[in-house]
Amino acid sequence: MAGFKKPKLPGVISGLGVTFRTMLEGAVTVQYPHEREEPPARARGVIALKEENCTACMLCGRSCPDWCIYIEGHKELRPPRREGGRPRSVNILDRFDIDYGLCMYCGICVEVCPFDALFWSPEFEYSEPRIAELLHDKDRLGEWMEGVTEPEPLELGADTPKVKK
Amino acid sequence: MSHAILALEIGWGTTLAIKTVIVLMIIPLGALILGYTFLLKMMSHMQSRLGPMDPGGFHGWFQLVGDGIKFLQKEDIMPEQADRRVFALAPAIVVISTFLIFLVVPTGPRLVVKDLDVGVFYALAVSSLSVIGVLMAGWASANKFALIGALRAAAQLIAYELPLLLAVVGVVLQAGTMSLNGIVEAQATGSVFGMDFFGNPFILTQIVGFVLFLVAAQAELTQTPFDMPVAESELVAGYMVEYTGFRFLFFFIGEFGTAFAFAALAATLFLGGYAIPGVTGTLADLLGPVVLFVKLMAVAFLMFWVRFTYPRLREDQLQAIAWKYLIPIGLLNIIATAIIKVAVN
Amino acid sequence: MTTTETPGFEVDPALYRNLENAQVNVELDTGDMILNLGPQHPATHGTLRLVVRLDGERVVAADPVIGYMHRGYEKLSEFRTYPQITTLINRIDWLSSFANEVPFVHGAEQLMGVEAPPRAQWIRTILTELSRIATIYLFLGEMGLQVGALTPAFWGFRDREHVLNLIEAATGGRFHPNFNRIGGLKDDLPWGWISECRATMDKILKGCDDFEDVLVGNEIFEARTRGIGIIPGELGAAYGVSGANLRASGVDWDLRRDGKPYLAYPEIDFKVWTHPDGDSFARYWVRLQETREAVRMVIQLLDGLPAGSIMAKVPRIIKVPEGEVWVEVENPLGQMGYYIVSKGATGPFRVKIRSASFSNVSILPWLLRGVYVPDVITIMGSLYFILGDIDR
Repeated sequence: MAGFKKPKLPGVISGLGVTFRTMLEGAVTVQYPHEREEPPARARGVIALKEENCTACMLCGRSCPDWCIYIEGHKELRPPRREGGRPRSVNILDRFDIDYGLCMYCGICVEVCPFDALFWSPEFEYSEPRIAELLHDKDRLGEWMEGVTEPEPLELGADTPKVKK
Repeated sequence: MSHAILALEIGWGTTLAIKTVIVLMIIPLGALILGYTFLLKMMSHMQSRLGPMDPGGFHGWFQLVGDGIKFLQKEDIMPEQADRRVFALAPAIVVISTFLIFLVVPTGPRLVVKDLDVGVFYALAVSSLSVIGVLMAGWASANKFALIGALRAAAQLIAYELPLLLAVVGVVLQAGTMSLNGIVEAQATGSVFGMDFFGNPFILTQIVGFVLFLVAAQAELTQTPFDMPVAESELVAGYMVEYTGFRFLFFFIGEFGTAFAFAALAATLFLGGYAIPGVTGTLADLLGPVVLFVKLMAVAFLMFWVRFTYPRLREDQLQAIAWKYLIPIGLLNIIATAIIKVAVN
Repeated sequence: MTTTETPGFEVDPALYRNLENAQVNVELDTGDMILNLGPQHPATHGTLRLVVRLDGERVVAADPVIGYMHRGYEKLSEFRTYPQITTLINRIDWLSSFANEVPFVHGAEQLMGVEAPPRAQWIRTILTELSRIATIYLFLGEMGLQVGALTPAFWGFRDREHVLNLIEAATGGRFHPNFNRIGGLKDDLPWGWISECRATMDKILKGCDDFEDVLVGNEIFEARTRGIGIIPGELGAAYGVSGANLRASGVDWDLRRDGKPYLAYPEIDFKVWTHPDGDSFARYWVRLQETREAVRMVIQLLDGLPAGSIMAKVPRIIKVPEGEVWVEVENPLGQMGYYIVSKGATGPFRVKIRSASFSNVSILPWLLRGVYVPDVITIMGSLYFILGDIDR
């Protein structure tokens, strides 16, 4: 047990000075509902879906670490492009749900998508009172495409960025 | 003191009623003012944030009232093992001791509930009543954290009763009276260093006593650096840990109301109280409360500034400070005051 | 308070030894009080439970009970692919998640025989040091809270926020970056990041000065921490204590300098701070100096950041060849290591995680004997563990 040392003046007083100075410096907080802090462009807020690019290939669903993506699709025959050709078979997306109650925001699905159908959007205001309502369907995911920005320029010395269309 | 407020002659029953109402209002109001100004606003700014901003429109002034209303709506939970009657009674005792202090604090030459001849003595005596409530709360909660907290509070309040008293004795010696009104008058009419236009606030001659009083008051109020009874990182909330709803509200009012009362006491004893030198009569009665309030807030600012800056001492270190440093210093201060008083007269 | 009835049989002396060793075996004792600190307690950083036997306010014995937050990451890792695992190990020590990723990715890279390009290594080092600052800076404030000073804790959160903003701007995730890829990084730094980083480092240095004034210089803080919870260096090492906790006991051991060279550490100049005392104050002081040192390192790294690509050539589907590897690095909380066994599949066969906090709290029963209840909190605060790092 340490014997108690009598408080010397300087240390005790200088602490008071720091708190007093901080008091006058003003706050750093953001009054949230009234003003918003803009998240950086790369912020992983929510996953947005560009539906027309999706071919229901299931790569994202399979690479998800906790399997929170639910995809259903079917094949349809479309008339051939050229006269007399064979009818094309097209993958039609029936269901694309992400359960944000499970999602770990790792971004693997966005990365593996070979057709650039998934994007990160910095949107963060989508909380729900009940956890089951965090399962969002493809229409909702499509709405979030609005917030998706172009990839920002890179710092000096970086290689030319990969372009993601 | 006749039964007169602002020179109006009224029956003693009405006077009593008015006084009761005023004292009953002043403590929660004081608790609210201190809680809002210092706990919500000053502390927030010291921590680089704003604190509540929305309730009430202007800088969240309504927040604490809202909290109070919320506390009233809460379920009154009583632990199964609790000693029910003691558990229920404890917060009331803490609050009552706060109310009792305020009976003798003068806010104007005639604006005082009861100008006791032993005012200082009485105020310090009733302030230590709260420890009984704290001890009851801790024991009756049937919770180990609460028990440790209550025992700490008891040990601490007893240890700091003495420095508090010793700090005041110097003032009493200098003023020659124990009546708080008398002390204020002594400060208003006295002179220091040959100047008499602002009287003689005892802080100038009793600076040691003032510091001692603040330190001891900090311990009495269980504020940092002496907040071991409620130490939230160790004992969660100490003796209050099982309290909810309006009983907790009582403790809150008790905590900040007592801070209000002690700040008022310090302002009265050391800063000249309500008095403005040269102003007498009804005008002094009207201005008195305002003057006292301003001085009180200055003292409270000091107390809370320390509270939000310092870490907490350990119980044994606290006892060491009280017995090894504060009490000897207090005694020396009394001796010095007495010698100087005799020498000067 | 809690009295259990004494059974009437002769006591085996072996049981007494157990009592001394701070077991929860207290049926034979009637005089002391048992206090349960946790699993829900403001000072246990989460869900650590500490069963403390008290004689008055003095601790007779203390026993940490862990596992309330066990999530089984070692087992989960066996059923995930390598890219997926980095998202899991982010969550081991959630305050310095980027630093958690590095050793794992490093191990996988060693097994595959690829090496990340220099620019990626340097950016990894910068972000590791940033997460070190973010972690330790929170400690600097929170230690004040543990000994009763409310205000510094908020400053800790305030300035850490700037660092987290930097990490978010670069990686996209504030807490769980998942930015490392086998063979490099996901992305390069965004434009303007470096100047922003320099500005933030100034703020951190200024905040360190504030902590020095408010806590280190404060006599009350000194009285509360000096001589409390002394870990002798050798004993600490024997218990597996690592990181700043060990360096505060005078052991000059830092894997960034003494371990197998990794990241850009061999190429920059830094000092490893030690303190001879080994008490809570020394641990605080060492961490304070380490924060300043990390700021210096970040500035050096920013100055010398090489240009080039950030990704080595790796196959799209990662299969790690058969083999075993042990990687250990110096994390903000101490030594962190992964033992990876691969059988040539897309995921590891077995991963053993050595996390710093688990070993750091193992000394608690020894350390907590004979101290007062407030010191229990001081010591636990100064050891600085993250529950996720203990329970994994």
